Amino acid sequence: MSQAKRREFTTVSGHPVKEIYTAEELRGFNPELDLNFPGRFPFTRGVYPDMYRGRLWTMRQFAGFGTAEDTNRHFRYLLEEGQTGLSVAFDYPTLYGYDSDNPLSQGEVGRCGVAIDSLADMEALFEGIRLNRVSTSMTTNAPASIIWAMYLATAEKQRVAWKDLTGTIQNDILKEYIAQKTYIYPPRPAMRLVTDIVSFATRFVPRWNTISISGYHIREAGSTAAQELAFTLRDGIEYVEYCRRAGLEVDDFAPRFSFFFDIHNDFFEEIAKLRAARRIWARVMQQRFNARDPRSQRCRIHSQTAGVSLTAQQPYNNVVRVALQALAAVLGGTQSLHTNSLDETLSLPTQDSVRLALRTQQIIAHETGVANTVDPLGGSYMVEALTNELEQACLDYFSRIDSFGGMIEAIEQGFPQREIQNASYEFAKLMERGEKLIVGVNAFTSGDEAPVEILEIDDSICERQCGKLEKLRASRDNRRVEENLSKLDKAARGRDNLMPFILDCVRSYATLGEICDTLRAVFSEYQEPVSF
Amino acid sequence: MNEKRIRILVAKPGLDGHDRGAKVIARAFRDAGMEVIYTGLRQTPEQIVNAALQEDVDAIGLSILSGAHMHLFPRIMTLVKEKSMDDVLVFAGGIIPDRDIPRLKEIGIAEVFPPGSPLQQIVDFVKTSIRTADL
Repeated sequence: MSQAKRREFTTVSGHPVKEIYTAEELRGFNPELDLNFPGRFPFTRGVYPDMYRGRLWTMRQFAGFGTAEDTNRHFRYLLEEGQTGLSVAFDYPTLYGYDSDNPLSQGEVGRCGVAIDSLADMEALFEGIRLNRVSTSMTTNAPASIIWAMYLATAEKQRVAWKDLTGTIQNDILKEYIAQKTYIYPPRPAMRLVTDIVSFATRFVPRWNTISISGYHIREAGSTAAQELAFTLRDGIEYVEYCRRAGLEVDDFAPRFSFFFDIHNDFFEEIAKLRAARRIWARVMQQRFNARDPRSQRCRIHSQTAGVSLTAQQPYNNVVRVALQALAAVLGGTQSLHTNSLDETLSLPTQDSVRLALRTQQIIAHETGVANTVDPLGGSYMVEALTNELEQACLDYFSRIDSFGGMIEAIEQGFPQREIQNASYEFAKLMERGEKLIVGVNAFTSGDEAPVEILEIDDSICERQCGKLEKLRASRDNRRVEENLSKLDKAARGRDNLMPFILDCVRSYATLGEICDTLRAVFSEYQEPVSF
Repeated sequence: MNEKRIRILVAKPGLDGHDRGAKVIARAFRDAGMEVIYTGLRQTPEQIVNAALQEDVDAIGLSILSGAHMHLFPRIMTLVKEKSMDDVLVFAGGIIPDRDIPRLKEIGIAEVFPPGSPLQQIVDFVKTSIRTADL
């Protein structure tokens, strides 16, 4: 019997696909309502009318390592190479709100990103870089308000007005409980910090993107495409609801929300996912929240190729995977893109491999011609059918999550976490049985592997960072630090917006760890229910 | 034959939150008939070794993707020896560059499984190592 007859044909997410799609699959489909033109509701075909003809997507490579001084040198190199946007990766201690000299930080300082302990480090990170001349994306969540306060205080030092600042903080705490797990506080006080940021930005830093609602980490944790889509957009709904409850008008804050998706191997499924995301978000904002401003209805997307799809075996194959994923992101109409480097399953990437990843985007942009026409796959029976099916799967998840009472309640009961765990184990079993093939891992494994160069992270970083902290603690006005921390403690027990209090702490050079500890004492620390 | 069930601790040292691999392998061990204890995230070497001692496990599987393994694994192995748990099989998986593996084996990490290792290979390794040690 031929293999083709026995095999099931499914996407990488396990979604069945047909041999051929025809008009039959699109019965009831209304191109005017379901697609419309790009730049028009429901934005299925793209958030802007001319898309890449007007402006190519932003090529934004995520970077950070070592001390602020090390990363500052790298940023200046990127800016000289013509990059206009910066994207900061922080190390684990910074993501968890521990100072570099905390015993828990041992071995982690500066390793997966840059170490930031105080405003002094943030000043050093942007030394010689005028903050009104760059847009800066910062991947920070649990301590987002503190990191952002350090950025705002750095702008003050540079005499740059807050209204001229552009950039993004990830500030998406819900996906931390679901997938990435860099949480500090329990969900409810954490949501207060999120809404405090949104309402502060709305008044004082109006061009700042306040939340980058992220599916990337959900997908990397092993979810399917439909789960990534559903949990991400449902997180978005939760943020809108909480901000409205905090007294904000939807059209005042929703235009500053953006989204971040993973682009995995399944080419058409990923394209359909981005198209579906735009349509669902537009309809949710219009119908569920009565948003009138089209900017509130636009799902602006940052994409990153799937780190999880890269293999340690035959690492040069990763260049090809990244190119195909990047192509899918572009055909799906992304606004910005990070392409992973071939060596990322082994360590942080080297400068050469980062350049190759960037060149991959430039080749797609300038050589393939795919950026000349908006939504070139629009109207394809298959892509439209997949878009519809993903939308339906997403709406089904919305109902299930609504029946828990909302996303926070669903998280507290472990629902999205379980769904992801199950999907990830199912995929591992399919691979184990050879029903899903990964080239170089469970198929085509023969042949010599050319070794790749690996970036070395200098072990003296921790010493240097701890030395800076010691000096800082000896030279700052410690009485002022104490006073500001105690005002923050008091405010945290009340209902005021915490941003002004955090800003005062930061300005007096209180450390990230000291500020987080103050809030830990009030909010407590989240303990994840352990399951597998 | 009355075979004792293997008890195994799956542990996440370091600060990284990448628990996909740890959870998948924990489940594979469970499906293979082992008793599995999973520590959850962000465990210090002390917490991991204490849990292993209290749970009286035959093996500890360490999963780490943060790059801090050269700091944390030696500490774990020192504690394992201090507590006279030399008969406990300790092995690891995650993002661990090849160049670090010889040093890790020297300090007593029995095996290091790179990303993409077949689950069955890891399960078989644990079974074989523990059965051999029991003889």
